[in-house]
Amino acid sequence: MVFYVLASLAVVSAVMVITRRSAVHAALFLVLTFFCVAGIYVILSAEFLAAVQVLVYAGGIMVLFLFVIMLVPLEARQLRPPVRHVAGSLLLAGLLAASLISFFAAAKGPETGDGIQPLASGGGNIETVGLLLYQRYMLPFEIASVLLLVAMIGAVVLARKKV
Amino acid sequence: MIPTSHILVFSLALFTIGLIGVLTRRNAIIVMMGIELMLNSANINFIAFSQKLGDLAGQVFSIFTIVVAAGEVAVGLAIIISLYRNKDSINVDDMNIMKG
Repeated sequence: MVFYVLASLAVVSAVMVITRRSAVHAALFLVLTFFCVAGIYVILSAEFLAAVQVLVYAGGIMVLFLFVIMLVPLEARQLRPPVRHVAGSLLLAGLLAASLISFFAAAKGPETGDGIQPLASGGGNIETVGLLLYQRYMLPFEIASVLLLVAMIGAVVLARKKV
Repeated sequence: MIPTSHILVFSLALFTIGLIGVLTRRNAIIVMMGIELMLNSANINFIAFSQKLGDLAGQVFSIFTIVVAAGEVAVGLAIIISLYRNKDSINVDDMNIMKG
């Protein structure tokens, strides 16, 4: 099934992201992970989110990452500092995973709530998402635009020549 | 139709890998990549529950998550560049000037 192929590919390339020595290789495996996640969004009938994922993550964010990797000289980023706290991190992550899996196993399926927007049966649900975004979630949408403005100004100020 | 629990286990795997990356790697750029992986797994959860409940609000919220992730990457990478200019290093162990 397509989902399992995409999911295992995403997990394998995510492991490659955090184990590769070179930051450029890690960034390229991160692109692969993002594309696999976009495919999973399509399977889960979130076509608009898949397009946004490819445009914003695989496009914008990865270009930012690659620019910064190229701005930092090779010796600074490949001077491999000893990877530390491996046992502790693995233990912490394993504990988190085990507790969450036991929680999933014990959880009951949630009931379908009232007054919700139904998923479109065919042809995508971009229109419904747009209506929801511009009517019910208008204020969060505007706040998100202010957040983007603040992030842009902050990035410009921080990366200037003299700080 | 894929069972929701399988999607949750997949997103848990991505989150765990991102967490291990953030905790073990010392290269600040790779640490940010781990944070991106964790944000992506949160998005997958939003969309999985959106499909399970038949409620499109989950997709709207994952759009907001993507907005926050984009802002976070822009500011975080600018901080990394600024730190590299000041300390000639992107090792997170060297970033201890706030300890006073």
